[in-house]
Amino acid sequence: MKIECPFCGKRDHSEFTYKGDATVARPDHSEQDLDRWNDYVFQRTNPKGAHKEYWHHTNGCRKFLIVERDTISHKINSVTLVQGGGK
Amino acid sequence: MSTHGPNMSEYSVFSLLKHTLSGHKNWKETWRSPAPKSHYDIIIVGGGGHGLATAYYLAKEHNLTNIAVLEKGWIGGGNMGRNTTIVRSNYMLEANTRFYEHSLKLWESLSQELNYNVMFSQRGVINLAHTPAQLDGFARRGNAMLLNGADAELLDRDEIARRCPGLDMSPDARFPIVGGMCQPRGGTARHDAVAWGYAHGADRLGVDIIENCEVTGFQMKDAQVCGVETTRGAITAGKVGVAVAGHTSQVMQKAGLERLPIESHLLQAFVSEPVKPLIDTVVTFGAGHLYISQSNKGGLVFGGDIDGYNSFAQRGNMPVIEDVAACAMTMFPNLGKIRLLRHWGGIMDMSMDGTPIISETPIQNLYLNGGWCYGGFKATPASGWCFAHLLATGTPHDLIKDFTLNRFERGYTIDEKGVGAQPRLH
Repeated sequence: MKIECPFCGKRDHSEFTYKGDATVARPDHSEQDLDRWNDYVFQRTNPKGAHKEYWHHTNGCRKFLIVERDTISHKINSVTLVQGGGK
Repeated sequence: MSTHGPNMSEYSVFSLLKHTLSGHKNWKETWRSPAPKSHYDIIIVGGGGHGLATAYYLAKEHNLTNIAVLEKGWIGGGNMGRNTTIVRSNYMLEANTRFYEHSLKLWESLSQELNYNVMFSQRGVINLAHTPAQLDGFARRGNAMLLNGADAELLDRDEIARRCPGLDMSPDARFPIVGGMCQPRGGTARHDAVAWGYAHGADRLGVDIIENCEVTGFQMKDAQVCGVETTRGAITAGKVGVAVAGHTSQVMQKAGLERLPIESHLLQAFVSEPVKPLIDTVVTFGAGHLYISQSNKGGLVFGGDIDGYNSFAQRGNMPVIEDVAACAMTMFPNLGKIRLLRHWGGIMDMSMDGTPIISETPIQNLYLNGGWCYGGFKATPASGWCFAHLLATGTPHDLIKDFTLNRFERGYTIDEKGVGAQPRLH
């Protein structure tokens, strides 16, 4: 599997570190509702198909990326920077 | 069909001799292929080891016989037929040690119980230590095991060298071996035979094992499950138990549970060409991640880490293959000349604390057995035994009272590795 880094170009995925589901949103620090923390920390949709996920280009430019990948075929549909809201 | 337990004379040296004389043409099928009935008291979704064991113990221990196991493929075609077959109970946290020790005890009499040779071989499981601190950690874990009724022994460097002649014991190895821990009652079993044995045992007690029958949805009434939709028609049920490993999320979503503390990841495993006896125990690497044993056919069976990102691909990627090969070579340098015969990838339901879930769910009459990560094989007997108890009585057995689905929201995770919430743990 290769990931097209916006800075470094197409690189083998062994250069990157997987950082998990990018659709879960971290609650605010002051959030008191434990259900929202449970949702964020533990609960996952775990889709078979299109998955939006974080990768870190650890052995490259060290930027955090949002990758849209198919979990069955590993086909990557988009790679964007987390910085700038993934645009 | 006997309702008094498996027919103990069905497989024996005498029946083998008898069938030899007639050219092995008159063996009965190991299990029947019945058409699904319109109603069952309990339906088990998933005909893997855990599902079959559950059905077997429901019939054997709880005298319930109107039971079906629904399997979308064929028996033994999933992770049950593709794993590294290791059996052990070398955990430290009490909830885990007690559960897996119960499983190990069931393994010890399983062939007799099922009248089916599961080739359980208690050849010992050795964990290597590469630093004195790691050896101290093993001593602590071994003591916890002893306190919970399991067995463990601490081995020094010389004893490791004596038991595993192929290991690189040189002091200038990249990760010199200083000792290890052995669980002598651990070992391996023939995985296919476990599936076939439980299927055989359950079938002879009256359970319907229905293959090529995929569950496509659940029938609901007043927000309770009252049956399933399948590719072979609708079937009503009093209770439904789901034991489907890597596709747990997908099946539970059909019942309306959109999110679970589970991610599906891919684990690869490897078998080498058969060679003369080289490793007569199970050895695990302590400085990386590798577990290796030798099958009765002579092939070396080994595996390492999961690929590390969500996957339903059922085929692995190269970096883990390289890593596993490097670990194997570091431990046993003489493996460098051996060729790989085959390798495969299977989908694991990785729970967020590395511990399984055997539990009721927020939906009435729907029960879940999942989150086994990549340690489900050794749990097969106890998982079925406890899940059967839960389905039959509606109350969790003491052995699984901590393995609840809601332990995450309550803050009672069982984090054996002690690294926090992540779906990449054993």
